Amino acid sequence: MSVKRDSFSVSITVGAYGSAFGAAAVAAHFSVLQACLLSLLLFSGASQFAVVGVIAAGGSPLNAIATSTLLGTRNGLYGLRLAPLLKLRGFKRVVAAQITIDESTGVALAQDNENDMRKGFWYTGFGVFIFWNLFTLAGALGAQAIGDPSAWGLDAAVPAAFLGLLWPRLSNRKSWVLAGFAILLALTLTPFVPAGIPIISCTLLAIIIGWRE
Amino acid sequence: MNAFWIAVIGSSALAFITKFLGASVPESFLSHPRILRINSLIPIALLTALIAVNTFAVKTKLVLDHRALGIAAALALLIAKAPFPVVVVGAAVTSALAYRYF
Repeated sequence: MSVKRDSFSVSITVGAYGSAFGAAAVAAHFSVLQACLLSLLLFSGASQFAVVGVIAAGGSPLNAIATSTLLGTRNGLYGLRLAPLLKLRGFKRVVAAQITIDESTGVALAQDNENDMRKGFWYTGFGVFIFWNLFTLAGALGAQAIGDPSAWGLDAAVPAAFLGLLWPRLSNRKSWVLAGFAILLALTLTPFVPAGIPIISCTLLAIIIGWRE
Repeated sequence: MNAFWIAVIGSSALAFITKFLGASVPESFLSHPRILRINSLIPIALLTALIAVNTFAVKTKLVLDHRALGIAAALALLIAKAPFPVVVVGAAVTSALAYRYF
């Protein structure tokens, strides 16, 4: 399959989820401008939903930043893997860093030669960036035009989006055990600590379970 | 500057710093198997916690409301191998109907 077609189909499908993000952000009382800035500047789906999810749950901004940053650490590891291949320097490194996400890395690593890997990274990175931002704007404007978010199910769209992001990662027994403990810990802590803390506390579970092989 | 702006600017800045550091440090850095293992588990822990809290909590109160039916619909659709947009829209429609009629 051609790398261009791979990149395009990933870009348009993933980009379309941007509308769910834009709508969720506005439903959580972010402005249309703030929703669009998150897609332009943060540009990492799970982290963006985390910012919105923590604030919607009543968490503090620092908590939202910490949760979103922890979710984004994998992008740093993708960069570590891709940098030697992409031969980055100067401004090119800045641009490449911004579009280093699950999809650009995934398409790049799926190619069978270095030339196609580089193409896959740049095409998919730019493609998702363009569509994700356009659809974010559309979703945000759409959500702004409607009234009560609950009446349109937008308050359930946020956890459903998280579930959609989580689902492919539940690939073995360890991940299911971790997910089970995370539900228990987050809900047990909820009545006793400020909102947002129960979410980030679950990082500890990942460290405990990941410590041993 | 209000909470929303702090969250938007702070998280965006740190996201870029994370990505840029990854593209800048030598590859051997941070590639210890334990770090890689924990790093792959962190999204699972945080996403699960976000699902639980965004479904069953309002601030610091545990509740069971229309969102629970929405997330149940999302789960059923994922098990039926539905694509992502169908999952999100299915959850929203189910939750909206539950909100309206219960």
